[in-house]
Parts: sequence; C-alpha cells; structure tokens
Amino acid sequence: MTVAEIEAAGAWRDLGLPDGEYRAIVSALGRPPNWTELNMFSVLWSEHCAYKHSRRILKTLPTEGPQVLLGPGENAGVVDVGDPRLAVAIRIESHNHPSFVEPYQGAATGVGGILRDVLAAGARPVALLDSLRFGPLDDPRNRYLMGGVVAGIAGYGNCVGVPTVAGEVAFDAAYSLNPLVNVMCVGHLRRDRVARARAAGPGNAVLLVGAFTGRDGIHGASFASEELSEDSDERRPQVQVGDPFMEKKLIEACLELLERGLVVGIQDMGAAGITSSTAETAARAGTGMELDLDQVPLREPGMDATEILLSESQERMLVVVEPDRVPEVRAVCDRWELNAAVIGRVNGDGILRVRHGGRVVAEVPARLLAEGAPAYDPPAAEPAYLKETRRFSPARLPRPAAGDHLRNLQALLASPAIASKAWVYRQYDHMVRTDTALWPGAADAAVLRMKGSDRAIALKVDGNGRYCYLDPVTGGAIAVAEAARNVVAAGARPLAITNCLNFGNPEKPEIMWQFRGVVEGMARACRVLGTPVTGGNVSFYNETAGRAVYPTPVVGMLGVLESLAHRTTMGFKAPGDLVVLLGETRDELGGSEYLRVVHGLVAGEPPALDLDLERRVQGACLEAIRAGLVRSAHDCSDGGLAVALAECCFTASPGARGVHVKLAPGTARDLRPDALLFGESQSRIVLSLDVSDLPALMRVAEGWGVPAQVLGRVQPDRYTFAVTGGRPGRTTQEVLVDVAVAELERGWRDCIPSLMA
Amino acid sequence: MRFGVVVFPGSNCDLDAHHALGAVLGQPVRYVWHRETDLHDLDCVILPGGFSYGDYLRAGAIAARSPVMDAVGRFAEAGGLVIGICNGFQILLEAGLLPGAMQPNADLLFHCEFVHVRVENPATPFTRLCRSGQVLRLAIAHAEGNYYAPPEALQGLEERGGVVFRYCTPEGEVLPEANPNGSVANVAGVINEAGNVLGMMPHPERCAEEVLGSADGRFILESLLAGRTGR
Repeated sequence: MTVAEIEAAGAWRDLGLPDGEYRAIVSALGRPPNWTELNMFSVLWSEHCAYKHSRRILKTLPTEGPQVLLGPGENAGVVDVGDPRLAVAIRIESHNHPSFVEPYQGAATGVGGILRDVLAAGARPVALLDSLRFGPLDDPRNRYLMGGVVAGIAGYGNCVGVPTVAGEVAFDAAYSLNPLVNVMCVGHLRRDRVARARAAGPGNAVLLVGAFTGRDGIHGASFASEELSEDSDERRPQVQVGDPFMEKKLIEACLELLERGLVVGIQDMGAAGITSSTAETAARAGTGMELDLDQVPLREPGMDATEILLSESQERMLVVVEPDRVPEVRAVCDRWELNAAVIGRVNGDGILRVRHGGRVVAEVPARLLAEGAPAYDPPAAEPAYLKETRRFSPARLPRPAAGDHLRNLQALLASPAIASKAWVYRQYDHMVRTDTALWPGAADAAVLRMKGSDRAIALKVDGNGRYCYLDPVTGGAIAVAEAARNVVAAGARPLAITNCLNFGNPEKPEIMWQFRGVVEGMARACRVLGTPVTGGNVSFYNETAGRAVYPTPVVGMLGVLESLAHRTTMGFKAPGDLVVLLGETRDELGGSEYLRVVHGLVAGEPPALDLDLERRVQGACLEAIRAGLVRSAHDCSDGGLAVALAECCFTASPGARGVHVKLAPGTARDLRPDALLFGESQSRIVLSLDVSDLPALMRVAEGWGVPAQVLGRVQPDRYTFAVTGGRPGRTTQEVLVDVAVAELERGWRDCIPSLMA
Repeated sequence: MRFGVVVFPGSNCDLDAHHALGAVLGQPVRYVWHRETDLHDLDCVILPGGFSYGDYLRAGAIAARSPVMDAVGRFAEAGGLVIGICNGFQILLEAGLLPGAMQPNADLLFHCEFVHVRVENPATPFTRLCRSGQVLRLAIAHAEGNYYAPPEALQGLEERGGVVFRYCTPEGEVLPEANPNGSVANVAGVINEAGNVLGMMPHPERCAEEVLGSADGRFILESLLAGRTGR
C-alpha cells in the first residue's frame, strides 16, 4: 500500500489507530508513515504495548521501597530478599485472548513469554504460578477451555523444567466468553548482576537468538487490544505456537551468556517481536538501531518487511553485545544448538532504521515508537448496576433452618470455586528443581528454599473479581491484603507484589471507573502493608459481545522466610490441639460465595477491610509463627470460617482430621448463623496450637491489639460446629453442623474430577 | 563412588540428581554432556528426568540415538551401574537396554504427586538397603509412565526378579487404585538381566531430603554407596 493509498483508505483505522494518533505520527515524523512504519506504530501504540488508558493511573501505585532493586518499566521487577548474594525477580502477565481462541497454545505461550521476561532480567526462572478464571463447568465449552489451558501450562512448564508451585482457579459466568489466564514467573539472580533491557553503546551488535521467524502471531498485540466477538475464532492464526524445548535451550544459553558477562542488554521478543524489542531497548538507552532484515533467519521464504518486523514467533531473544564478543556468543549458542544472528547494530542518532532487500523500509525515531503514544485520561462514571447490587441486604434472606447448615456447607465445599484443585495442580510438575518445601494444597502459599541461602521465599497469586465488581476500591485492597495474608499464614513476611489487571473496554466510562477504584484500593493496601508494586501488566478489552468480565486484579505476592523452619501448613496436626481465630467475625454476607452458591446472588457490599487491623493480624500471626507457637495456619476466605475449618481437616495429619468448635456464650453475639459460618469477614486467620502455648499466643495477640478467640479443639475425624447461647450459668447449646469429615471431603475432592471426566 | 549425570539439551532433573548425590550425599559427581563418549572415570551413570529432546516424538526416542547412549551401552555392558529415572527410564527402553515400552498414562494426563512403591527385589545394587516388601514414598512426574511388556516377556521379567518396584497403597498392597498411570502389573521400576541397569518412573533424587516431603529416595541412592563399601 502506498502512502497515497493509505491516506485515501484511512488504513490506520483498520490497524486500530484512531485518527488523532495517526495525525500525531504524521506531525512527529514530518511526513506520513509508509505502510511498514504504520504497522509498526499500530502495534507499539496499541493499548497492550503502550498502556494508553492506564499509564497515568498506574503512576499512583507505590513502586518504591528499600527492598525494590528494579521497579516497573523493564522486563521483571527485582526484589531484595535479604540474602547477601541472591535477589528474586517477579513478573506476571495475561494471555487471555489467545487462550480463548486456542486454549492449549494460548496458555503455553503465556508461560513461555513470562519465562523470557524473567530471563531478560538476568534471572534463572525457578517457579511459575497461575491464576485462571473460567465460566461455569457445566458448559462443555468452559470444560474444553479449562482442560486446554491447564494442559498448555503443564505442557510448557513441565518441559522447560520450571515448577508450577501455586495458583488459583475461579469460576463465574462473567468469564464464560472471556477466560482469564494470568501467569507469573519467579527467578533467582545475583543481586549484582541485574540485566538491563537497554541497547547501549553505538556500534554494539544486535543479535537475535533462538527460534526462526515465521508468520505466526502477526498483530497479536493489536488482537489483545480489542474486544472479542463472534468472529474471534478467525483470530486463531494470530495465536502463536510454543516450543518449550527451544525455550529450555534458550534459557540455558542466555544464562550462560549473562554469566560470562557477554551481554550489554537483553530483552524478550514478545508482543510485536522485533519491532518492540529493538525500539524499546534503544529508547531506554537513548540510542537507535540499524537493522537488516535480510539477516533474520526465516522459517518460510517470501516474508515481507512488515511481516518480519511484526512476527510474534516465540522463543526469541534480542541480545546486544560488544562487536568483538560476537564469536564467543556464537560459540555458546552453537553448544546449545541455537541460532544466533547479527541483525543490526546500535547507532547514536536515535533512529530505528530498517533495511530489507538492500533498501530502507522504515526510518523512525525509536523513542517515538516506544514511548510516543499518547496517554489518555478517559472519562469514568459509576456503573448503573451498583444501584441494584447495593440495595441488597442480607437481612432479607430467609434465616436458614437447623438442617440447612450442613447442606449449605456441603454445597459450598462441592462448588468448583472452593473444591479441591488437585485435578489441576497434579498436572503441573511442582517439584522439579527440588526447592519446593510447601507445595500446592499444603499451605496458603508455596514456599521454596534457595539453595545456598538460609532464606526461603513464599509465593502466592490471588485475585478477586466479585468483590471488585461490587466495590472496586475495597475489592482492590482485599486482593492485596489476602495475598499478603496467605504468604503470612505460610510463615513469610510479605515483601513486594507484581500485578495483572484484567478489565473490560477502557473506552467505556464504567470500566474506567472500576479501573480507577481498583488501583486506588490496591495502592492503599500496598502502602499500609509495605508491599510495593514492582511491575505488572494491564489487560483491557476483556469483553465479548459487549459483556465485560468482572474487574479482576490479580496479585502475585512475594514473601521471605528468615528460616525454612518457619514454614507453616494449613492442616491440623494433633487431636486436642486448640483452634484459635485471629481477627473478628462480623455480620457480613455481601459478595460471599455463600450468597452466590446457595442463593444464586452476586450482590451486596463486599466485606469491609480495615487495613490497620489487617496489618496487625498479619503481624501477630507472623510473630506467633516465628516464636514456634503455631502448628497450622489458614486464611479465612471464600466460604468463610466453616469452609476454612473444613480445609484444615482435609489437609490434616492422620488422626487429626476433625474439629470441634464450641463457641462460648456471647462470642457469637448476634450474628446470623449463616454469617457466622459462611461470612467472609476479612483479616481472619485460623490457627492451631498446643494447649500449653495458648497463654503465649494470647500475649502476642494482645501486643498487636488483635482479637483472638479459642474456637475449639482438633478431634480425630468429625466436624462439629456448635454455638452456645443464653447467659453464663444458663446456657443452651445449638449444634449447627455435625458430620464425619470423610463425608464432607468426598464432595470437595470429587467435584472437579467428576466435572472434567 | 563416582557418579555422572547425563545432560541432554532438554534434561531438567540433571541439577536435582547432581544436588542429591553431591550436596546431600557428599559423593563426587559430574555432568556428562550428551555428546561425550568417554565414561571411564565413572562408577555409576544417571540418566535424569526431563524432556531430553522435547519428546515431541516418543519420550526418549531421540535421546536413545545420541552419542552418549552408545557410550552408556558400552558402560553397562562392562558392568557399570546405570539408573534411568523417569525420562531416563524411557530412554533406556527406547535404547533397548531394558525390556518393555512406555505408553501415555491411562488417563492421558500428566501426574505429579507422591505415590507409594513396594520394593519387590531388594537383591540389587540399587535396593540392597531395603527390605523385601518395604514401602517407599516417592514422587512421580510424568505423562508417559504406563509401562507395558507383552505377557510372556512380563512373565520372564517377573520370574527373574526383574520388577524392582511396584505401585502400592501406603500399606503396601498392590491394587489398581494405587496405580497412577495404568502400568501393567503396577510396575514402577525394572532391572536388566545382568542386574546393573535400573529404570524407574519415580524420582529418588526428589526424595532425598525431608524438607521436600520425603527422604525415602535415600534408600535407593545410599544402596549404591553401601555396595561400594561391601565390595
């Protein structure tokens, strides 16, 4: 297409560029862009690459702290975990749209991409986590999506030998036509060897290392920047195909290059492939590049310049090297049977100048491409649905009859959102590398030792959509608080987060209102809990046929344990141990799983979050764990106290698989029994401990100003929940639930396997 | 006892085997690159788990034809000890160093979990510290661990004590429900006729430290060392 044809047809619109942005490009260049250049802009100025609608709001998140060695802006955040030698890199990313049209490859390449992001920080990937959301599993399409996504994550992660150590899976009709697939990667690196994604030093060689370049994934970034529709199946050719064996070799070779000090700058070729990696690394260094596309090894003949520049073929890295070290780089790559091609050199004039077939096909300022996209302040307006959802009051729910409690508990435990996820995590190799000291299903967070260090790290990925839908600010804060609480329950001090923000179309004021609220809530929680944001990803346009997903922030939390001895599991350990609740149960049923599963309602206000209480509960729990007072710890979350206690039973040691709760008079106050059992009041942790440690625990709780209440005791194999009423001296006891744990466990264990069979 | 851990480009349990033997058991251990052909300095070769060449064909099929495997064949013929773990077991089958073949797991899913295996033959260099019938808690992580041998071959294998480990319940009963992958006769590990080449799907190197959930793998790794002192 010639420039005249572009202008006549308004071709930029088909590429997703609005008229205003096209005019901005023309004025910055001083001429209209040619077809190749226009394509380059259309991808780098896409929402996916340029964060046009989110950039200004994201600036309000706290990103600094003494523990942050490298904050947002490059490939992964790098965090100081207090080890003199090793630091930890973290990053999360979404692969929602590709996973919807091709679940196996969509999810697999999501894993591949996030591994390379962490690799580009100079880190060896040591763990993967994933946060998945699907529509209800009674729909075969959702089963197909979940089966494919889980197999894709497993197929890629297992093969590259990076353990998938934790995750979450949630279900709601809001995700039926737009599943969420967020993958997090964690890596180790020497703290003095943080790699930079900068193409510094004019004259340096620019190498493409790894896979050949093909026609796959062209315009994938633009695909990620629009709503899905009935025609999205036609987007299947834009989904890339993963090759984990190539990735494994790429990881080993790049780590060897870094170890030998051969790397000036390094970046993954993800969205927009060669275009984004060259423009971004040059822009960060204030340089430009001369690129010769004839040097790019191609998978198929006849690819034109635009295709080569936009290809999103996987398993490729851009590496900037001093010219006289190129032979050494080649030698390392040869050993790993990897291709390494010099495709250009760094220049000093700031221009990305691309040649193909001997002539210049594109010539644009690197900084204009990488950083020149406009930032918008889109209008925000409160969504109309909130008037409806806020009107709900739990007081209008029928009070459950005596026999209802057991049935409701069983219904919750056997609902996919709460049921055992063993079917999922059994497909992931969560042990390879022999560092996994707390594995999926054992605790609220994964714990990994670091060979050669006294310290260990705790990892958790946690999101919530329903709370954010009902109240974005509170929901956003809870997403952070709960992830931190999980890490604390496993025995670690929360250090920093990475986040993935999944929302609908930001051009709609209601979506923008949700986005602003969620970020505000997250920012508050991060400040109070001392966990800065080290980077992340925004995924907009998660809508199909005009229906948006719930606003869903997903938080990847990193915590540190000073000693592996502090690692704490959720299962009860010995009969007779006391069961204690840290925190306070309030009359809160809004937004609960109980409302959704039992009453079919997504309504009300989510539970309130008192961030200062949250901080103190976490502080008390951690102090008690470090003092050796705690035998098990488990966060109270989806399904409330009754479900949390059941989970402590299911994961308990033999002979300690039951609980007898006997709430003393007055302690349950005037709570409705369903709020007591299933309400999701925040800032609560269930502990079990030896009877003799109770006084010490109470002193810890008092020191932090945290309510602590003895709920009852661990017993061998029955689940009994009783409330004592009346006045002291004249009490009456009401048994709400009394059942064999094996009977409760069956529904919890069999739910997902039987749906997926 | 000098150990060598073979590294194919897609091996990913090489590091774990090296750590278990070197850092945990304090033995001399080195990596053996897949193009090496000289193993004379070694007493025991480990073919570790992973996806040697991506395993896009059949697991282990390409690795079985790599230069190092010729050397491993000669090493075994000369009486050297060889353990193939997981992908290493698959490679030994593909290389014809052990009888039988691997199929995809019966449910077609990858399984990563702790299982129990019963020691069927304690009279091998790999199990001499175990009691007959002892139950070990070990980790598995594979998609193709569904061992198969035709009936006559299986019978021959059984008669000569070639089945070293069998999947069982925690109590040691060999039952279908204790079989994670559909393997014939619950076979989890087999040894060659000469008694120096072992293939097993469970990962003893992942179970050499309590912090990882089990240290039962040490019965197998330390059996090798006990053999040396007794020699």
